[in-house]
Amino acid sequence: MNYENALKEITLADERYVVMTAENRAAIRNLPSVLGDRFIDTGITEQAMIGAAAGLALRGRVPVAHALATFLTLRAFEFVRTDAGIGNLPIKLVGGVPGFLSDANGPTHQAVEDVALMRVIPNMYIFCPADEQDLLIGLHQVLESPNPFYIRHNALSPVVEHDPDFEIGKAEVVSNGTDVSILVYGMLFAQAYEAKNLLEAQGKSVRLLNLRTVKPIDEAAVLRAARETRLVVTLEDHFLTGGLFSIVSEVLVRRQVTANVLPLALVDRWFRPALLGDVLAYEGFTGPQIAEKISRKLNGQAEKKRRL
Amino acid sequence: MNGKDLAQLEEMAIRVREHIIHMSVNGGCFIGAALSCADLVVYLYTRFLNVTRHNLNDPLRDYFFLSKGHAVPALYGTLVEVDLLARDRLKNHLKSCDSVYWHPNRSIPGVEFHSGSLGHQLSVAVGVAMDCKLRGQTNKVVVIMGDGELNEGSNWEAFLVASAYRLDNLVVVVDRNEFQANVRTEELIPLEPLSEKFEAFGCGVSHVGGHCFLGLDETFAGLPFAAGSPSVVIAHTVRGRGLPSLEKRADRWLCNFSQEQIEQLLEELHDNTDRNWNEQ
Repeated sequence: MNYENALKEITLADERYVVMTAENRAAIRNLPSVLGDRFIDTGITEQAMIGAAAGLALRGRVPVAHALATFLTLRAFEFVRTDAGIGNLPIKLVGGVPGFLSDANGPTHQAVEDVALMRVIPNMYIFCPADEQDLLIGLHQVLESPNPFYIRHNALSPVVEHDPDFEIGKAEVVSNGTDVSILVYGMLFAQAYEAKNLLEAQGKSVRLLNLRTVKPIDEAAVLRAARETRLVVTLEDHFLTGGLFSIVSEVLVRRQVTANVLPLALVDRWFRPALLGDVLAYEGFTGPQIAEKISRKLNGQAEKKRRL
Repeated sequence: MNGKDLAQLEEMAIRVREHIIHMSVNGGCFIGAALSCADLVVYLYTRFLNVTRHNLNDPLRDYFFLSKGHAVPALYGTLVEVDLLARDRLKNHLKSCDSVYWHPNRSIPGVEFHSGSLGHQLSVAVGVAMDCKLRGQTNKVVVIMGDGELNEGSNWEAFLVASAYRLDNLVVVVDRNEFQANVRTEELIPLEPLSEKFEAFGCGVSHVGGHCFLGLDETFAGLPFAAGSPSVVIAHTVRGRGLPSLEKRADRWLCNFSQEQIEQLLEELHDNTDRNWNEQ
């Protein structure tokens, strides 16, 4: 089962759904012939697509609108905010090749502020699946939600068997350690998982949280990580500003909880375009590189403690 | 339309203008833009749209979108006159106890969707028109747009899509008062030749005097102007129509008058009804 087939099953069974695209069919190539008139391609018009999605939603439809993540969240931002957001309409935005997944496209195509932008919109929720299996586990609930939803599309192969219990606002607890918590969303889950294994081989106890929805965030899981582990790592293929690091910081400040936080993100710069493997290595986001950064931080903490 | 119908429409158009003038005090409103499309809104709600207080949730009703949302006093006034909006709510204009503010929102009966940000409603209307077609329904979807608003590129995206999807149930009425907010359209970003632009985008086009009810009746009877195509009515209007002291004034945008000025404007309106401004 892949995204396209899952979407086909859901939308075929329920007339409320219309599948839309701004001429970005990579993930839904076979749907036009199946859905007929309920497949609406508006051409390369992200703004008009979102406006039309609002009109369709006013008529009781649930539009599932596809475009490249950067154009969906940036070019059409005001339409998303003003039509889907103010209207609080159940429009589902599926952003293609978000974050590092835009690999060699270059900065024009790098959606590395999409989470920041979408999360400031009242009513808007955000689903960032770890891989295609995770995407399929959450898809039906996300589509059925009355809220507008931004989905960071991700069709990578899974590196673990994900928990089939999905709840909007609940993280998947992959492992439950006490030394360090790695909080991750989206495609970097695989690298986080590899880092976890490497750290465990060094004798560290690692908690790995696949956040799934970053809005609403699993606040209880964030607070438990801060209280029960020595270090909280926020890992994301996104700008440091406005993404998971910001979300976690806001939760901790609001709840007056202190924690050692190690943010791993893009600090005020776009990433060097290349094929995905090269991007990860160049930017320091491979499993071993992540493990190394965490290990250094943990050892530094231990050193500091000894000296006190 | 017989003489009696016409007289009723003209009287209603005067009452709507009175409402608009009364909204131009204590914070004010975009009076010129409202007066420019007042007759269009009155015409649509009385002669064209099958919208009443009894069918606001009926999927078979026609849909109306005021894309130039800042002209909303014309809509508030008309909705009161056609018994959709409680008259008392006009007293709450710009007050936090209600939602009768400078742009339309869905707490106003008859308002299908909020507007105010220019260049949105056409694409929203395209979505509604698409769905009516999907369901095999024959209701009409009407959008009033400002001419200055045509600067926004999103409109032209929406025209492309409307035309591609053969939305002949979609009617775009351009309130062609030849003004942007602050300057004349042709002096800033010229729109002419406008008919040709719409035709090039696959629309059927017709021109009409936007204050002339008889002309509007004739024009709307001809819809759709081209089979299988969206229709555009270019309604030639006058900014501030009905109040000669405000007509075609680039320096009158958001107007906040004193009570004394309001009285003068009401007087001006009634003096001016002799000059038959409903004829083009």
